[in-house]
Amino acid sequence: MQPTVDLKQQTAAVGTRKQWKLKGTWQLHTMLLPALVIVFVFQYIPMLGLVMAFQDYEPWLGFLHSPWVGLEHFKTMFEYEDARQVIWNTLVISTLKIIFNLAIPLAFALLLNEIYVMKFKRTVQTIVYLPHFLSWVILGGILIDMLSPEGGMVNRVLTALFGIEPIFFLGDNDWFRTVVVVTDVWKECGFNTIVFLAALTSINPSLYEAAIVDGANRWQQTIYITLPSMLPIIIVVGTLSLGNILNAGFDQILNLYNPLVYKTGDIIDTYVYRVGLLNGDFSYATAVGLFKSIISFILVVTGYRLAYKYANYKIF
Amino acid sequence: MHHHYQKSLSYKIFTIFNYTFLTVAALLCILPLIHILAVSFSGSAAATANLVGLWPVDFTLDAYEKTIGNENFLRSLWNSFLRVVLGTAISMAVMLCAAYPLSKSDKAFRGRKIYMWFFVFTMLFHGGLVPTYMVVTKLGLTDTIWALILPSAVSSFNLILLINFFRTSVPKSLEEAALMDGANHFTIFWKIYLPISVPAIATISLFTMVFHWNSWFDGIIYMSDVKHYPLSTFLQTIIVQQDFTKMSVDAETLQNLSERTVKAAQIFIAALPMLAVYPFVQKFFVKGIVLGAEKE
Repeated sequence: MQPTVDLKQQTAAVGTRKQWKLKGTWQLHTMLLPALVIVFVFQYIPMLGLVMAFQDYEPWLGFLHSPWVGLEHFKTMFEYEDARQVIWNTLVISTLKIIFNLAIPLAFALLLNEIYVMKFKRTVQTIVYLPHFLSWVILGGILIDMLSPEGGMVNRVLTALFGIEPIFFLGDNDWFRTVVVVTDVWKECGFNTIVFLAALTSINPSLYEAAIVDGANRWQQTIYITLPSMLPIIIVVGTLSLGNILNAGFDQILNLYNPLVYKTGDIIDTYVYRVGLLNGDFSYATAVGLFKSIISFILVVTGYRLAYKYANYKIF
Repeated sequence: MHHHYQKSLSYKIFTIFNYTFLTVAALLCILPLIHILAVSFSGSAAATANLVGLWPVDFTLDAYEKTIGNENFLRSLWNSFLRVVLGTAISMAVMLCAAYPLSKSDKAFRGRKIYMWFFVFTMLFHGGLVPTYMVVTKLGLTDTIWALILPSAVSSFNLILLINFFRTSVPKSLEEAALMDGANHFTIFWKIYLPISVPAIATISLFTMVFHWNSWFDGIIYMSDVKHYPLSTFLQTIIVQQDFTKMSVDAETLQNLSERTVKAAQIFIAALPMLAVYPFVQKFFVKGIVLGAEKE
């Protein structure tokens, strides 16, 4: 397709400037080539592999000769108690994360904004960004140690302060989701604050000056000036996180969970990994993955649309 | 700077609360690491007996000696180093080359829109874990470093950041002048775009380095032998999964690896490069995010 376009351009070309541009086009295509090949091989070919979801894929038969089963795997998925539980867990965990990862960083940014000792402000900022840069392997290692019921730091403090029995945070179905949500907010709070802080600095100071003249106190200024001015960015963050509703945090959960808490902590991604790669049930796992990809696709596109409609946000 | 409302009693009470709250929040982010650091420098018996808080008990470097003495650990450290350097270099080279044509206007580069969608679509839809795994396996990349580098070499998000940077930061007049002098695209890219883009290149390189240092899951699924594990994968296996079956080590090393102090030392060593670079990355990250948020 591309060459014909070039040819047409070439015939229509007049003037040296334009000719240069046409001669240069092949250079532009060439520069794109490595990236195109990599994305094609590692992103688009796997999409073709999704046909597995409609087959009973057997490695020795390949894609061409494996029997077709239609929507069988999708039916199985909705009939399996396991799979339904996993979808539910995913929704609960991700919804809680979306809400708290929006509300807490926003509040945090507002509080930081009231600090006028710059050194203190910068120090706090630098420290709270820290967990974002550490992987869930490192944090998992730290949390497993600190949350251990056998002398973990957290249980020691709780026992010392409130005299309660040690809690097996990572092995108790009543606690696991709470731990997942709290530790995720803990890890990402500082980082999520950045975008709100940037928005805070761009609010026109004359709005506050006018409010002060009118005798508004700081709380009233926050309610009537700060929050309304922040609304567009809040909408952008909120709508864009819609696409994450089926991403409950694969990295995190794989590093924190264990069979004791599959009931509340197993999510779609970890389920696909166990069923597909560890048990070798390729077709069924691909079907579950495809189900997730399709729903996510719809939600991401909807999110972008809403962000564009209500906050005029464009990704490119 | 000081306003009238700041003198009211309620605002003063709020300020005290605010400083206290933010201090506690900052402590919650740093104390876990200090605790791990204290454990790593403590005597094994004290750590096992849960006597260590924020300061080492029976100070010793024993755990670090055991860690450094473990050849599996050292090899994985080297693998990680290689992965970070090679992965970042390849990723940056490929993405910069792609960002240049994509930063042109639709008129100057016909077909740009189609290419853009080709990349952006991958942000919206994924083949998923199993098909991707099969592609990497079929290509024979398992147990080679390429399995850790190539699949993630082009990040559409970083690519968009680079494109936006090129579009906003390179003066069009400079480019026009070079065109008049008969320079071709390769020259313009090399002589004008790259030198101007050093801050953006540094930023995205750091993102990519952090990504490679922290990645562990690809190591688990694509490497069958511990010899090829990057550090994150190695730590995930022995500290999180506590699975020693893949290591062919003698009983004594095994004993060492499962000690709490040794685990703490390994965690801290793995965290160290991030601790060293993140204060610098942080500044760039802020810019990067703002760069990402304020588009046209």
